[in-house]
Amino acid sequence: MIGLLDLLILMIVIVCGIAAISIKDLLGAAILFSAYSFMMCLLWAIMGAVDVAFTEASVGAGVSTVLFVAAVFHTTRRTKD
Amino acid sequence: MRLFALIIVSGCGFLLIYGTADFPRWADPAAPACTHVSDYYIEKSEEQTCVPNIVTAILADYRGYDTMFETTVIFGAGVACFFLLRNYRRKAPEFRLYRHVPTGITFRIEKGGKFPDDSAEFKRIDSLWTPQDIIIETAVRLLIPFIQIFALYVIAHGHHSPGGGFQGGVILGASIILFAISKDLRSAITRIGEQTSGLLCSTGVFVYVGTGTLCLLLGANFLDYGALAGLFHSTTAMARSHGIMIVEIGVGISVMAVMVCLYYIISSAGNMDEGL
Repeated sequence: MIGLLDLLILMIVIVCGIAAISIKDLLGAAILFSAYSFMMCLLWAIMGAVDVAFTEASVGAGVSTVLFVAAVFHTTRRTKD
Repeated sequence: MRLFALIIVSGCGFLLIYGTADFPRWADPAAPACTHVSDYYIEKSEEQTCVPNIVTAILADYRGYDTMFETTVIFGAGVACFFLLRNYRRKAPEFRLYRHVPTGITFRIEKGGKFPDDSAEFKRIDSLWTPQDIIIETAVRLLIPFIQIFALYVIAHGHHSPGGGFQGGVILGASIILFAISKDLRSAITRIGEQTSGLLCSTGVFVYVGTGTLCLLLGANFLDYGALAGLFHSTTAMARSHGIMIVEIGVGISVMAVMVCLYYIISSAGNMDEGL
């Protein structure tokens, strides 16, 4: 059962990773990256590395997303050049 | 060109995946990581440091140097972002918006006009101002104390459960960022200013290095917390536990200040004035 869950989460990680670099919208990329981090956090927790999972959840899925969104806030919809 | 890049990327990816074939299987007792010092840590760490969480004991005590330089790296990253993004020669904004609180009228004052002081009557608002939502403001005000208490718990309870300085510091910083998002950037900066956050960044690193130097002055190796036993009037193992605690607090302060500083700078594009 845990192996199946492992595989499912790993698939979502890969899908999120590919989607985050191929999507055009920057805000979408930030949110996808957050989802990627959260799934990685679940993977760490499954592997028993709880400290790493905690760091990933707070830094990767939490604060870095906020910083990305704050940076995206200063961009414009279309490039000027 | 794109084909060339694709070939390089696929080649590197193939090499990386090929390299993982030599990895030991997960939880293999014969893996190199499990054969040298792991047994020693598992058997001796609680007896030597009075810390049940082996990860914390290794991070902050046995591998104290690593964690010290990790903290220094975070501090350096914060300082680098500050120097790259902080904009001192900015033009004064074209206009400022003020709100007269009793009547609810918004004033637009052009450059050169007389700006009223921030008081209970006149409140400055951002030029991209969105109406404040009483639900969000009340919910955030209720949430922040609990988030901060949880952050302090994570720092202080890192000896017994997952957590420690890094995670607790990030959560503490996140609570201040949440405040800045729910009100506005200026009201967060008036509470924890630019200088305060910069000072706290270096204070955390200073606490860490200072603990190490104190051990050096007391006649032991750098970061050998056992030397603090005389100061705490306790056994060597208990002194190491206390030393880990002090170091974790230092890491927490530093990480918290760096996160807050980064958010201030990024959300206001270096102006520390109006922001998200």
